[in-house]
Formats: sequence, structure tokens, C-alpha cells
Amino acid sequence: MAKKDIIGGALWEQYSNKVAERMNNPRNRGEITEEEAKALGAKLVIADWGAEACGDAVRLYLAVDPKTDKIIKAKFKSFGCGTAIASSDMMTELCVGKTIDEAMKITNLDVERALRDDPDTPAVPPQKMHCSVMAYDVIKKAASIYKGIDLEKLEEEEIVCECARVSLRTIKEVIRLNNLKTVEEITQYTKAGAFCKSCIKPGGHEPRKYYLVDILEEVRAQMDKEEVKKSIQSDEFKKMTLVKKLKLIENLLDEKVRPAIKKDGGNVEVVDIKENQDFVDIYLSYVGSCKGCVSASTQTLSFIEQTLKENLDQCIRVFSVDENI
Amino acid sequence: MERIYLDNNATTIVDPIVKDAMEPFFCQIYGNPNSLHSFGTETHPYLKLALERLYTGINANEEDDIIITSCATESNNSVFMAIYHLFVREGKKKRIITTQLEHPSVANPARFLEKLGAEVIYLPPNKDGIVTRDMVKEYLDPDKTALVSIMWVNNETGLIFPVREIGILCKEYDVLFHTDATQAIGKIKVDVENAFVDYLSFSAHKFHGPKGVGGLYIRKDAPFIPFFHGGEQMGGRRAGTVNVAGFVGMGVAMELANKYLEFENTTVLKLRNKLEDAILEIPDTRIIGKRELRVPNTIFASFRGIEGEALIWDLNQKGIAASTGSACSSESLEPNPVLVAMDIEKELAHTGVRFSLSRFTTEEEIDYTINVLKESVSRLRSISSTY
Repeated sequence: MAKKDIIGGALWEQYSNKVAERMNNPRNRGEITEEEAKALGAKLVIADWGAEACGDAVRLYLAVDPKTDKIIKAKFKSFGCGTAIASSDMMTELCVGKTIDEAMKITNLDVERALRDDPDTPAVPPQKMHCSVMAYDVIKKAASIYKGIDLEKLEEEEIVCECARVSLRTIKEVIRLNNLKTVEEITQYTKAGAFCKSCIKPGGHEPRKYYLVDILEEVRAQMDKEEVKKSIQSDEFKKMTLVKKLKLIENLLDEKVRPAIKKDGGNVEVVDIKENQDFVDIYLSYVGSCKGCVSASTQTLSFIEQTLKENLDQCIRVFSVDENI
Repeated sequence: MERIYLDNNATTIVDPIVKDAMEPFFCQIYGNPNSLHSFGTETHPYLKLALERLYTGINANEEDDIIITSCATESNNSVFMAIYHLFVREGKKKRIITTQLEHPSVANPARFLEKLGAEVIYLPPNKDGIVTRDMVKEYLDPDKTALVSIMWVNNETGLIFPVREIGILCKEYDVLFHTDATQAIGKIKVDVENAFVDYLSFSAHKFHGPKGVGGLYIRKDAPFIPFFHGGEQMGGRRAGTVNVAGFVGMGVAMELANKYLEFENTTVLKLRNKLEDAILEIPDTRIIGKRELRVPNTIFASFRGIEGEALIWDLNQKGIAASTGSACSSESLEPNPVLVAMDIEKELAHTGVRFSLSRFTTEEEIDYTINVLKESVSRLRSISSTY
């Protein structure tokens, strides 16, 4: 809640002019007939997505040049609210001139962005985002028909929400693409869970194989893991927390240093890490047969330092804390 | 562009007579009715007259109360919270019987009370779209039931519920009965004595009164606990300086509503039927609810192959205001609960559009609407993937 939310009912006011204009006069509405496609020397693809019962359904007509796989002409028909009509219209426009493979990369976000009046203001309010998600799905469906592959079989499409026919893949992708954090957001973007609500969590109208709460948790956990991994892999070693630094160092020691030392019956332990202005100083202690070995101080130490420098960061210095060195 | 307003179940134009009656209470008679001096006391005759009009309007007895609230939502919440404190909280009686078709101002307080420990039964409508006496009776255990709350008229379909029969039943079983009469006043006769109601809510702006003022009828001896605590206004039952202009306006609006009841059920009905017949002439359309079970001003129509919001957008472009309770026009993505509850085909759940007329609607407006509607339906069907 904030000042901007106090006066409600502003749904239509949040549509961009482009959306409004295409709602009133969609440019690519209609169909492509078999004859028309033939005259263009093209293969006709017709794909359906959604269902009337869900409040949105779209049919996409593509005339594709079989030699180049390029989409020459695109038309649509839609059962849906104004924004569904506007996004379908924009989606067909974005398809024209692209190859099937290129068109498959068009996402709902591309459609929405293309409908913006200015780059920083969304073309539609969040609860209307689902209309463009459908535009994205129907292109994939058309592509699978064109290529003669069964989309559902090929991708092992698992439907999570039967009412809105939303697949596991779509839900996972939408969570990732839009960085969704709540089940309500998933519902806003995909319509999954908006109807009988069975798929939201166990205990609803009917038991389901997948539940949105679980999918969200799983994907978020995965995203978090990847985030950590990414930050670890990035060259920002110096900016990492001490725990991350230690983990990386330990991993590297396990992987590249310890196997060699262990052959000689020894081992090495990280005793401390000190972070200075320019350096990250790592203090090691030798155990086992290394302890007291003079060669450890010179060759092994420089080998360890070199390994850490090369794999992690040039700012690393390695010291031994063993007294007799 | 001339605009046509066919969304009178959302709100209505303030009758100019009402507006004129309210006018003096802004800059001339602006005293606080609770003040002892002349500025305060000079408001009293006007407030007494307004109250008289309200009592007459719904046929309340001298011993009953009508408290002035800010709207029907406040009235409904007041009843539900009182019931909570009187019965539910201490576990004396935990059951509340209501319907799946209630306005959010009843449905959401009910859900809130559920969280606080109430057992709420949401009756689904029958095939006619209403809830009957026998359906209520099935759950009406007097030892368990704290309240029955059934709307008088449904806001979307205009269907009239058998409130009198349910009222008699509740009386028989000695269970408190509340009805939200927001959509009934000005459309059909509302008589609290005849209908045996204990609590009744209404809102002025639905019958050509101003926004921001409503009422709650409380039968003599029906228990009540105030929702607003503060000053001694409304005999201590609703604190807060009363909206004087609104109160006066609501009184006049109530009187006019009853005066025009006959007109509503002849002239407005005729216009409504003209529009309804024209809609039914368009192929693959249907009207929800039997004509004889509906108030005279409402049409809830479904146009196969056309999503509701797309149609009202189109009509709005031509200056016609209608509404839809379906997914895409509201903040939520839910299909229309009335259609779902009435077990109408799933395919039609997103096609509902409501037209609601008033005594200010003219025949020219209806004729224009019919023409525009035909054009819009054919345009939208031409681009529909499912028609």
C-alpha cells in the first residue's frame, strides 16, 4: 500500500496507448487461408492455445517460407480481454520476418516491452501480464507443428494447472524470467491457480501431482544456489564473505593440493585468513609427515600459493604458521 | 461525445432534488448536531425529517433503530463484528449461514470471522441462481447458528432472494437474520416488518443519493455492539459526527425511491426488457436468471465467444458504461463467482456483461445502446478464436 494504491479501479488507465490502440484496431486480426498461403509459396501453420473456460484463447496463423523457414505473414484470432488482443497483435507483428527458430525466442516480456509507450513504464498492470504469456506459448506450439514434432511429447510437458493449462515448464520459466517470489505472482503471470485453486497447495478441490508452492520453493532454492555459484565464479573474490572465501579455498585445496601432499602422507590445514587492503593472506599449517619437513616451506608453499592465485585471485598470499619454518 | 450510463448497480446519479436538499448543509446550516447552541440545534428538524423518511421508507417501527453509517459496507461489517463479539468469540454459537453470492462486504467479513473461529456456511445457489428457504433450513440448527445473512437482491444478476420466507423461517427457529438490501431499495418494495429481518443494510448512492452515507436497521431487541467507539452519536451505537448533508440527502433519496417504485416497475422495466429482447435477438447470447425473478433494472448477459472486458472496453469507446464481474476487468483473475456457482457452462464464465438501468435512463439511450452493442458483438466475434 502507498499513495498510488489508495484510489483503485485504475486498471484501464494503466494500459499504454499502444495497448489501447491495438485493442481498438488490431492490425493482424483475422486468418490466413490455405489458398493465400499457397499463393505466397508458404506453408500454413495454425496453432491454438488456451481455452475459453480460462478466459483466454488464441489462434495463431503463420505463413512460413519452407526454403528459409522465414515467417512471411502472421495473423491471429483471440477470445480474450483487450490486452490479450493487443498482445496477440504485437506478437504476430514481432513474428513476421523472423525464422521459426528466431520467433521461438520471442517471450512474453518481449511482447510486453514492444507495447510500451516509454521504455520504463510497463504496458499493462501486473495482473494483465498473463495475457502476453499466452502469446509466447502459442508461438512455441506453432513452431512444434511446423517442425512436425510433438511439443508435449518432446518436452514432456507436465500440466500443473489444468484449468488454465499451464505447464511445469512455463511456470518454472516464468518464475526465473520474472524473478517471481510468491504464488500470487505466479498466478498473475500465468493464471495457474486462479481458478479451482487445486494446484496451489495440497488439500484443495482435487489432488495434483505438482503444487505451485513446491515448484516455487524448488525453483527459488535452485536460483539461490545458482546465485551463490555465480558470485563465487565471478572475479569478485576479494568482495566475498569470509565463509565463501574459505569454502573456495578448501575446495581448491581438496581438488588440487591435498591429493599430491597426501601421497607423501601429509596434509595441510587452513588456520586463518586475513584480509588487508591489497591482499588476502592465508595462513596454513602442515600436519602429518609434512610437519617439520624443510622442503615444505619453500616448494610446497609456493606451489599452493600459485595454485590459489591462478584459480581464485592474484591478491592471495600464502603463509605457513609452523614455527620451525 | 454523449455518454450513456448503464452501470446503476455500481452507483447512480444523485437526483437533482436530493442535491438541492443537501445544499444548505455545507455553508448555511453547518452546525454539529451534538452542539448545544443554535448552530447545532437548528439541524435537528432536518435530521428528524430525514430519519422519518428512512423509517417510513423501509417500514421500521418506532422501537427499532436505523443508525446512519458511511455505507452498506460499514453496516454489514458492524453486524458481523457484533455477532462475533456476542456469540462466536465465547463459543456460544459459532455458525453463520450465508451464500456464495454475497457482495464482498459480506463475503469478506464472513471469511475474516472464519479466521477468528466462526463456522461459516456458504450456500451455493440453485439452478435459478438463488438460495431458497429450504436450503437455509438444512443448516439452521438454532443451538449452533448465530446469524443468517442473505442478500435481498444480487448485484450482478439482479435476482431477488426469497427474503421474507427466509425471515419467517429464522423467526420460527429464533435465529438472527441479516439482509444486505443495498440492491433492493428503489427497485422493489423493502419492508422490514413484512420480511421479518433483524438487521438490514443499505447505501444511499445506489438509489440516487450521495456516496459516503448508508444505514443499518436494527430490530428492537436484536443484540448489537457498536463497531465505532467514540461519542454518543446514534444513541451510542455508531460514534462519529454524522454526515449531516448525506443523512438529509439519503432521506430525500429514500422517499423518492419509494415514490418511483411504480415507475421503476413499469417504465424502467419496459426499457430493460427492450434491451434484453434485443440482446436475445443476437445469436448465441443468453441472459442469466429468469426475468420474473429479477429486479426491473438489471440484465446480466453472456455473449458466446466474447470475453466480458473486451466488450465493455468496446462499449466504453462508444460512450456506453456497462460492467463485468468477470476475471479480466476486476483486480483478480477469478471467473465470475455467480456464473460458477450457478453451474453455467465453464465456457461462459468469462463472457458476462451487466447492464443496469435507472429511472434516468431514456429510450433513446437504449436504442443507441442496442445498435452499438450489435456492432461491437459482431466485430469482436469476427476476431474471436472460439466463435
